[in-house]
Amino acid sequence: MTLPVAAWYDFDPLRELYDWLRDHTAGEVVYVVAAVVGAVGILTFVGLGALVNVWLERRIIGRIQVRRGPNRVGPFGALQPVADAIKLIQKEVLQPRVSDSKLFNLPPILVFIPAMLTFAVFAWAPDLVYADLNVGVLYLLALSSITSLAIFVAGWSSNNKYALLGAMRVIAMAISYEVPMVLTLLAPVLFAGTMSISGIVDFQRHYDVWLAFLLPVPVLVYAIAATAELNRTPADIAEAESEIVAGYHTEYSGMKFGLFYAVELINSLAVSGIMASLFFGGYSLYGIDEYVPPWTIFIGKMYYFYLGLIWLRGTLPRLRIDQLMAFAWKMLVPLALINIAVVALEVLLWRELELDDAVLAAYVGVNFVLGGLLLAVFFRMLTRGYYRLPTRVRLVHDVSVPSLPAPGSAFGP
Amino acid sequence: MDEPAVIVAFWVLAALTLGSALMVAVVRDLIHAVLFLILSFVGVAGLYITLSADFVAVVQVLIYAGAVSVLMLFAILLTPSSARDNAPVPYSAPLSALAGLIGAVIIFVAIQTDWAKAGDEGRFQATAAEIGRALLDPFVLPFEVASVLLVIAMVGAIVLVRPAGEEEGA
Repeated sequence: MTLPVAAWYDFDPLRELYDWLRDHTAGEVVYVVAAVVGAVGILTFVGLGALVNVWLERRIIGRIQVRRGPNRVGPFGALQPVADAIKLIQKEVLQPRVSDSKLFNLPPILVFIPAMLTFAVFAWAPDLVYADLNVGVLYLLALSSITSLAIFVAGWSSNNKYALLGAMRVIAMAISYEVPMVLTLLAPVLFAGTMSISGIVDFQRHYDVWLAFLLPVPVLVYAIAATAELNRTPADIAEAESEIVAGYHTEYSGMKFGLFYAVELINSLAVSGIMASLFFGGYSLYGIDEYVPPWTIFIGKMYYFYLGLIWLRGTLPRLRIDQLMAFAWKMLVPLALINIAVVALEVLLWRELELDDAVLAAYVGVNFVLGGLLLAVFFRMLTRGYYRLPTRVRLVHDVSVPSLPAPGSAFGP
Repeated sequence: MDEPAVIVAFWVLAALTLGSALMVAVVRDLIHAVLFLILSFVGVAGLYITLSADFVAVVQVLIYAGAVSVLMLFAILLTPSSARDNAPVPYSAPLSALAGLIGAVIIFVAIQTDWAKAGDEGRFQATAAEIGRALLDPFVLPFEVASVLLVIAMVGAIVLVRPAGEEEGA
C-alpha cells in the first residue's frame, strides 16, 4: 500500500529528470548527470552531518559528564562547529622541519576519501542507492582498511615518536579487529545470499525480520570491532592522550587536525549506517516505511546508533592496548568463528532442505540461547585469564631473543 | 572495451599502475616504495573494474592494498636497519636478471594468448557467486591446499615468536 500522490520527499522530480535525460540525450550524459547529482547529495549530507555531529557529540558528552558543553555561539551552541571550523582555518600552518614533507600533507586528504565512499553503497530508500554494488559488504571492508593506512602514513610522516607509536597501534588494532569484523559481516551475507547492501535490506523486508534477531552475537561482535576500528574512546589507544600525547595526529594542527576530527565523526556515522542497514532493516520499519519517507527512517536509525556510540564514548574508560588485543584475538575471533559455523549450518539446512520460512523464528530462539551460553562461557574464561597477567614489568632482555645476524652479513647492520 | 570512457580509463589506470610500479623500484625510502606499491595495487583494481570484475577488484583492494601492504609496513617498522633506506644489496644483479626473465615470460604469454577468444569464454555477470562455485567445485583441491599452506604459515609464525622458556599454558 503506497501513498496515492507522489510527494516531494520521494525525489520524483529527479526520477522525471532522469527519464527525460535518458530519452533526449545521447549515450552517457544521463549517467554523468546522475553521478554528479547523487555525489552532491551525499557530500551535502556528509558535510552537514559532520557539523551536526560535532555539536551533538560535544553537547551530549557534556551532559553525560555533568557539564554544559558548548552553549555560547548561536542557539544552544549550535553554531559552535562553524566557529570551530573558522578558528581552525585561521590557524598558522605548522609542519615539523624533520617531517617527511612529501607525505605529511597527504593523510588528512587521503583519510577523507574512504569516509565519503562508504556512503555510496547505502540504500537510503527503495531505488535510492548511489552505487548498488554486487560486492557492497566487501567494498565497505576494503574501505575501512584504507582508512587505517592513511592514519599510518600520518603517524609515519610526522617523524615523531608518539605519532609513530600511535600509527603502529592503529595498524596493529586494524589487523586484529579486521578479522572478527569480516567473520561477523559474513553472517548477514550468508543469510541474505547476497553481498549487496540493498539486497540485504530487501531480505529483511521480505521476511519481516531484522538480521539482528537472527544474529545476536554477530551484532555484538561487529559493534565492538567497529568501535575499535573507529578509534573511539573505549578503544582510542591510537590517540590516547594520557600515554602518547595525541597519537598519530600529534603534529597536525589547524584544519589538518580538523579534517582528522571530522573524519572520525563521519566514520562513526558510516558505521552506524552499516549497523542499521545490515542488521536492523535499513530503511524498512515493519510497514511504517509505507507512510513516512524511507530515507528519514534510515537516517533516524543511523543517528540512533550514533547516539549509542556517543554514549559509549562518554561513559567508558579507555582500555589498555594488551587488553584490547587480547580481547580481539581471544574473545571476538573464536566467538565469531563458532558463530559463523552455526549460521552456515542453519542457512544450509534452511536452503537445502527447503524448510518453511517459519524456521527463521526457531533460528531466532536457538541463536539467542546459543549466543547467551557462548557469551557466558567466554566471559568466564576471559576474566580468569586476566588474573594471570604479568605482575612485573618485563623488559625485552628478559625474553630470550634469537641472536641478530653478524655485522657485515647481508641482513646485518 | 570500445566506449571512449573505458579506453581513457584503461590508459589512465595503466599509466598509474606502471608509473607507480616503476617508482617502487626507483625511490630510496622504503616506506615510500610500499606506498607506491599500494598505488600500483589500486591501479590494478581499477583495471579489474574496467573489465567488470567487481569482486576481484574489491578483493584486490582489501587483500593487497589493505592487508599485504600493511604487513609490509609492519615488517619495515620492526626491522631496525632497513627502516629508512632502500639500500643497495649484494645480489641485485641476479635478482634483476630473474625479474627480467619473469617479465619476459609474462610478455611472451601476453603476446601468444588469443585474447579475443579468452574474452568470449569468461563472460559472466554476478562474479562473486560464480567464483565461489568455481572454488568449491572444480578447484576445490587447490583451494584446500592453499588453506593448508596458510595454516602451516600461521603455526610456523607462532612457533617462531614463542619465547623459549615459556611452558604450555603459562
